[in-house]
Amino acid sequence: MAPKQHKTTPVEKKLIGLADVVVTAAERSKDPAFSIPIRALSNVSFNPRKGLIEMGGKKQTRSFFNVGMAKKFMQTVLVADALAELQRAELTTSLREIYYRTKHTIQDSQENTFDTQDESDPVIEDLEVSLAALREELHVRAENSGSIVGPVVFGDDGDRVDCSKLGKGGYSVPSIVEPEYLEIRRCTADFVLLVEKGTQWNRLSEDKFWRRYNCVLLTGNGQPPRGVRRLARRLHEEHRLPVYVLVDNDPWGYYIYSVIKQGSINLAFESQRIAIPKAKFIGLSSADPERYGLPRNVGIKLNEKDIARAKELMNYEWFKKPAWHAEIKRMLASGLKYELDALANKDFQYLTKKYLPGKLKDKDWLD
Amino acid sequence: MAKKHSMTSVIFTETSAESESGSPVPTKSSKPAQQVTAIEMGARQREISVAEFFTKNRHLLGFDNPRKALLTCVKEAVDNALDACEEAGILPDVTVRLDVVPANGTMPSTSQATRFRITVLDNGPGIVRQQIPRIFAKLLYGSKFHRMRMSRGQQGIGISAAGMYGQLTTGKPVQIISRVGPKSAAHFFEVQIDTKKNEPLVHESKQIEWSQPRGTQVMLEVEGKYQKGRASVDEWLEQTSIANPHVKLTYHTPEGEVKGYPRTYHELPPSPREIKPHPYGIEFGMFLKMLQDTKSHSVSGFVASDFCRVSPQLADEMCKAAKVPAHTRPRDLKGSATETFYRTIQETKIMAPPTNCISPIGEKAILSGLYKQIKGEFYTAVSRPPAVYRGNPFIIETGLAYGNRPENQNKLKQAAGPKAEGEHEEEGSELARVIRYANRVPLLYQQSACSMFKAVLSTTWKNYGVVQPRGALPVGPLVIFVHMASVWVPFTSESKEAIADYDEIQKEITLALRECGRRLGLFLRRRERAASEYRRRNIFELYIEEVVEACNRLKGGKLPKEKLKGQLTKIANSRTGGAKTDEALGKTGASPEGLPNSIIVTEEGVEGEEDLTNPVQTDVVSSAPQAEPVCLRDEQPVARDVNATGKQPAKGQKKEGKPSKEKASQMTLFERAGKPKKPHKPSTVSRLREKT
Repeated sequence: MAPKQHKTTPVEKKLIGLADVVVTAAERSKDPAFSIPIRALSNVSFNPRKGLIEMGGKKQTRSFFNVGMAKKFMQTVLVADALAELQRAELTTSLREIYYRTKHTIQDSQENTFDTQDESDPVIEDLEVSLAALREELHVRAENSGSIVGPVVFGDDGDRVDCSKLGKGGYSVPSIVEPEYLEIRRCTADFVLLVEKGTQWNRLSEDKFWRRYNCVLLTGNGQPPRGVRRLARRLHEEHRLPVYVLVDNDPWGYYIYSVIKQGSINLAFESQRIAIPKAKFIGLSSADPERYGLPRNVGIKLNEKDIARAKELMNYEWFKKPAWHAEIKRMLASGLKYELDALANKDFQYLTKKYLPGKLKDKDWLD
Repeated sequence: MAKKHSMTSVIFTETSAESESGSPVPTKSSKPAQQVTAIEMGARQREISVAEFFTKNRHLLGFDNPRKALLTCVKEAVDNALDACEEAGILPDVTVRLDVVPANGTMPSTSQATRFRITVLDNGPGIVRQQIPRIFAKLLYGSKFHRMRMSRGQQGIGISAAGMYGQLTTGKPVQIISRVGPKSAAHFFEVQIDTKKNEPLVHESKQIEWSQPRGTQVMLEVEGKYQKGRASVDEWLEQTSIANPHVKLTYHTPEGEVKGYPRTYHELPPSPREIKPHPYGIEFGMFLKMLQDTKSHSVSGFVASDFCRVSPQLADEMCKAAKVPAHTRPRDLKGSATETFYRTIQETKIMAPPTNCISPIGEKAILSGLYKQIKGEFYTAVSRPPAVYRGNPFIIETGLAYGNRPENQNKLKQAAGPKAEGEHEEEGSELARVIRYANRVPLLYQQSACSMFKAVLSTTWKNYGVVQPRGALPVGPLVIFVHMASVWVPFTSESKEAIADYDEIQKEITLALRECGRRLGLFLRRRERAASEYRRRNIFELYIEEVVEACNRLKGGKLPKEKLKGQLTKIANSRTGGAKTDEALGKTGASPEGLPNSIIVTEEGVEGEEDLTNPVQTDVVSSAPQAEPVCLRDEQPVARDVNATGKQPAKGQKKEGKPSKEKASQMTLFERAGKPKKPHKPSTVSRLREKT
């Protein structure tokens, strides 16, 4: 069997470049080292003009002959090798499979190259950043943990997927939604509603909210994965749909909204591609319990962590807007947080029939 | 309801004989109960014998449940045997045997059995015929209560109480065989206790043929429960052997197994001297009694001769200070004058009591005991200088055994193989074990009530590199040994399970534990340093292989692998100091430099007090015929020097004031001990090899 003719992809070239770093350094009797952009709050900045979190230029050096870094260095080379293998085989894989692929016990020792997946995941992210390659380009996918339903038609591997004809379960958003993998063939919706929780998405889907208000319903089950965010961005960009975000009224909900809007600290290098600076926060706002007459007893007392996180949020550059400070302070003053599910206290379909229609009619959202 | 009623009525009939007048049982009618005259009450009042008292309160003596009772019986018999041997200057050789007694003609399994026969045989001096019944069947009879001398037993309750317990639960008498020497006949006795009178009842007394040339054998049949594990007979004997390495113990378990605890230390502890009470340890009532009982004709003579550390001169001074004429007859001293005199004595500055009445185990013997019974990699022992509480001198000794033997570590590693996720680093969850001793006897119950345990808890082990959760024992493969030797150990109860909290005692234990901890910390840090240096080199060596392989694959297998490997190894060596590191590794390895009284076991062998770990002499001695009169062997002069610090009272006193000086002298002693290390080494190494 002759091996299939394989053309070296640009990503593969970049990965091979890592091996060259080692070889060159060894020839010059130097300590081989990679430089990796730092993924932390200290190395991100908010660009108010673009409304995005951007990564700064700070880099860390990961060198081999340093006791603290040697293992990480070795792991980086191993992961690069596994990723190059994927490129050659033209396969995609999950983070967990990469972990298993690269895990083995080092010869003549009891030491494993990786002990848990927590060690290999950051290495993959490091490579994404330092090679300026997208995760999709590295052929690594995440779990399909998002759903979409609404008047939109995709082309997926040549299949036509009409999301208005998939019942209440909808289409499971793949983790790689780049145009070469997922084509948006048609979209007649007026807006995108991104819901934090699967339960509320189910409620809206069951009530055919999307049909009545002609929208696309998206959920990421908590913090939305990159696929969901990227898809929302594509709908926003390619079809000019406004994006509304519906989350719980707590600091974590606020943060989910901010990640969709400006990007996250950890994946700041991805903001350019997946953040939606024009996304709007539709609810649940700390003003809503009063406006919609939610009784105090369906609230949950803020715990210490919630309070600390809320105060932290107020210090983020991108939350420094009067409306947002007022929103967070109102929550802190009430001492309560509310789940979206709490709306069921009034009526099972309160969300579909009263709350969202009212919000949309009054254009009651935060920017 | 009806049931309850009948129960109370039963109690009525029982108590009616004693006192119905003061009966607190509420009666429905408010009419006062029948009046009883003082004469009638007087007729009922009578003496209670100790035996009767303890029959009803046997929990006070450690017979609360069958499992504990079995242990208490063994313990009392073994304690007596050891005390007797040591007092007679004989290296003890004790055999303990537990047998299940068949019930209704069938032999129950060991765990189901409720009756046991306990046999304890020693090679001691034997007991003279006339005394046998009273020693074994009369409570509070013995030689130990009235004297100020360190011994395992204190009150003379132990063995007779065990006999009484047996009699109570099985009805069987205690059987004793004793022989005082090869030329005398062996006597066989069967005795029981008359609980009303606290007097022995002799059932059988005859001369018999006995294979033992000298010694005593006690056989008890008792109700009990045999269960291994914590606070079991097995654990007690094992711990006894740790604190008494000069004892050869053989244990026949009820399951038919024979466990031998060989003798590893071939020198008897120096025999403690008897001392007179120290004035500070005497309460007023006791003082009055002594005034009545004294043989002296004058008060000053009484103080000088009946107490220790009071010279005639000092006695005269005290009399003067108390304004009591020195020639007053002790029995004539009355009323407030006595009290003034007593207070004056208490206020006078008197030298601390002599300490030759206690014989510590000694650091070497502790090390030897720990090394024998606990498989660890680091051992250390500390003996504190004597101290005093309430006029009673005492010595605290502590020891530590830490870690797993290198051979066990290897076995663990090999068995594990490549590790799966979540499988690594499971060690460190076990808590340290505290083993407590009072006068060489292990204490197994009431750990948390004991002053020793509290001292272990309050020591900050974190400072010594050991994890310790708040308010708990330190975590790790650690055994902590604490021993208190004293003429009078302040137990919290008659069953001798926990030591009372005296500040002086607590302080000494803490100091000793801290010293042990410091040495452990030193060892751990040193080991860590060596390990990290080793790891540094190893890491690079290990990872170079991986990195080169991965790079080769990345480059499509076209890399000159060996060349790249060579280049990287060269860089690694230049970065870790190459040969210098080798040297450093050898040096920082694990020499017990600066660690007195410690043993370190590494894969290369044993370092430290090697004469203790050397098994050759053990074999020679233990194969020698038993019951050999014991001679102090010359091979360990250092150990004897150390013990001698307790023997010379004057010296000991001076030292108390200047602990630092004494410490220094101890250090030099051990340096001397450390010297003949080299020639010994091959033998210890080979022994370890053999063991694996």
